Amino acid sequence: MSKKILIADDEQNIVISIEFLLRREGFEVLVAGDGEEALAKVRGERPDLVLLDVMMPKMNGFDVCQALRADPDLAGTRILMLTAKGRDTEVSKGLGLGADGYMTKPFSTKELLAEVRKLLGM
Amino acid sequence: MKASHKRVLAAAAVCLLVLGLVVATAALMLAGEADAGGNGRSTEERMVALGALVLAACALSCWGVYRLDALYAGAPLRMAEELKATLAHSGLRLAEQGASELRLLAQAANQLLDVREARENDVAERIREARASLEEERSRLAALMADLSQSVVVCNLDGRVLLYNQRAKQELSAGPDGRNAELLGLGRSIYTVFDRALIGHALERLQQASSEGAAVDSPKLVGSTQFVTATPAGRLLRAHMSPVLGGDGPHHAQVGGLSVTGFVLVLEDVTSSNERHARRDALIQSLIEGGRGPLGSLRAAGEMLSDVPDMAVEQRDRFLHVIRDEANALSAQFEKAASAFSNDLRERWLLEEILGGELLAVAARGIGERRASERRALAVKTENVDEDVWLRVDTFGLLQALRYLALRLQDEYQVREVRLSLMRSGHLAQFDLSWLGTFMNNETAMSWLQDPMTTASESSPLSVSDVIERCNGDIWFQRERVSHRAFFRTMLPAAAAPKDLPRAIIAAAEGERPEFYDFDLFNWSAASHELDDRPLAELSYTVFDTETTGLQPSQGDEIIQIGATRIVNRRLLRHECFDQLINSRCRLSPQSIEVHGITRELLVGQPTIDIVLPKFQAFCADTVLVGHNAAFDMRFLQLKEEQTGVRFDQPVLDTLLLSAILHPNQTAHRLEAIAERLGVSVFGRHTALGDAVVTGEVFLKMLPLLAEMGIKTLRQAREASQRTYLARLKY
Repeated sequence: MSKKILIADDEQNIVISIEFLLRREGFEVLVAGDGEEALAKVRGERPDLVLLDVMMPKMNGFDVCQALRADPDLAGTRILMLTAKGRDTEVSKGLGLGADGYMTKPFSTKELLAEVRKLLGM
Repeated sequence: MKASHKRVLAAAAVCLLVLGLVVATAALMLAGEADAGGNGRSTEERMVALGALVLAACALSCWGVYRLDALYAGAPLRMAEELKATLAHSGLRLAEQGASELRLLAQAANQLLDVREARENDVAERIREARASLEEERSRLAALMADLSQSVVVCNLDGRVLLYNQRAKQELSAGPDGRNAELLGLGRSIYTVFDRALIGHALERLQQASSEGAAVDSPKLVGSTQFVTATPAGRLLRAHMSPVLGGDGPHHAQVGGLSVTGFVLVLEDVTSSNERHARRDALIQSLIEGGRGPLGSLRAAGEMLSDVPDMAVEQRDRFLHVIRDEANALSAQFEKAASAFSNDLRERWLLEEILGGELLAVAARGIGERRASERRALAVKTENVDEDVWLRVDTFGLLQALRYLALRLQDEYQVREVRLSLMRSGHLAQFDLSWLGTFMNNETAMSWLQDPMTTASESSPLSVSDVIERCNGDIWFQRERVSHRAFFRTMLPAAAAPKDLPRAIIAAAEGERPEFYDFDLFNWSAASHELDDRPLAELSYTVFDTETTGLQPSQGDEIIQIGATRIVNRRLLRHECFDQLINSRCRLSPQSIEVHGITRELLVGQPTIDIVLPKFQAFCADTVLVGHNAAFDMRFLQLKEEQTGVRFDQPVLDTLLLSAILHPNQTAHRLEAIAERLGVSVFGRHTALGDAVVTGEVFLKMLPLLAEMGIKTLRQAREASQRTYLARLKY
């Protein structure tokens, strides 16, 4: 069974590439344009991995991460945070809030893919 | 025994002796007579002869005593008196009188006095010299301090201000509304301006540094510390604090007999440079962080396009669109940052804001003057000057460049007149140096711009181009064949008018050195004395007076002017005064206008009492209030307590009552009458400040007189005042 991945990012231009990349690799891909939608989709669709952008409308990535980690049912969901800020403090905040990995834009698609595989245990 | 008694006794003793001799003679004569038996003179005759003899002998001996007395007793006494007089007047000498032995003594004493006078003159001369040099140093110090672009404040350990400069006064005296609130003054507490905890912490660090130095067995009192703080007016200051060392500081903190007795604060206004740094940081931050998103999208799309050769056309178009889109977004962001940054670029050169018109005027004068002195006139005209253009340039360099070009034109092309113009062109300023007729070729012009600026009188390693580049501008040579004009055109970025122009230093009046320092305050310690038991001479006072709409505070009359000045260490500080008109809705009675001359028009636009009183309270902080008939003014202030929430609960002294203590038999205790009695000249009466100054001078004259009466402390003065007041009430 193919793994299910949710891309939560309001930047359409990056979503296009990541979505294309992951589908090509055989993953099932879902997309959410803001924090609230991301949270709802995680609860409804139970993806294996969430690619979570920090800066999103309605609810930012940190809050989403925190909400997910507060729900014991979703403990198995892996979270990979994506950020356009890349300050060290932010990275440690994300990891502190329970993210499993952290990538700073701009990243190479190969690295992203490797990280995704690693988190999914593939 | 007194000298006169001795004389009387001596005379009496001599008389008795003579009498004894005469009696003995008489007895012998009588005995002889008896032996001779009746062949002599009658008894009466003998008695007369004896009486005459007695009288003559007495007179002779008295005269003798008198002479001896004059020689050996009177002369030494007179000499003693003269010698005493020389204690006060070293120019006096002893008269050589009396016996020759005494004359010798007088000569010796006079020699001693000569030596003493010479010594005294010598000492006086040295003191005069020392004073003169001290005075000179003080003037130099005052001038130096006045010229500093930083604020300097020196305080003792209690935070009392001993010295400050003009800049400090301007920077630190502004209240929260930016207006002058006289927060800084001699003997005032620095804590009205800065947070006590902040200064305390810095002081602790200084003392720490000192004692740490002691701990490692290298007695060193070192250390200066820095902090950044904000003034009440919201300016950001970087403070550099260093200790003042002395031998009489707190014992426990002494190192090698020295300890911190006070501190020097050097303050620099970093508001604008801080803003600039913050702006630059924000810019860089936005460039870095704002760039990550678009770059991430670009990179991902690019990698997809190159990694997946067999992509569907539709999909490929989507990626291409992403690339175009993000590249545009990135470009726009880049442009924005670049234009924002250009103003801050090359900050390391001392670029300063200057009004373009002003720069032109200075340049025109500079070029014209130089040549006038060499008797070869080069006319300089300014035309088309846009008066509103501000530039941010290296003024000195730019003026040098203009002068250099103009002089070369004159020297090498015999140009007689140059014109300067300045116009705005979008966000740039266009600045032309033009002349008529003579053309040079482009190569020559280029070399002029690239050569180091060297003329007969001065040389610079920089070229004109260098200077213009520093100012973030560009310069080129151009000509217009139609108008027969050629010009060097400079384009410079126009600057925004600066928000905080450097405030001009207010120069002190001629011959009058402002009282900005008083090192005697070093020995002050507010904590060690209860205010009441401190000597009057040691206290700080705020002498104040008010003008009012009328004489009935309870019926709604109000204060319309407060004037005050300060007394610190028995000096009236005329430079630290408070002078404020107060807008009041109350009607001004014609009688009151006659007294103070303040009309309704003068009060329009002035602050109201609820704004003025807190400022006045700050001005009075830590001082004793002094007023003439202060009860009257205090009544007005008290009636405003509820409305303004400002309470004046410091001690108050009243010169009216003090005058009654000093001269209980006088009936007139008006300010003029007292001033006249105490020899204070009165001017500027019936302005609040004028009256306050007169009251202050009167008060200062009263202090020694009160001390003579045994009234030396504040408590004594208050108690004595109370007694007179009560006495007057009973009366």
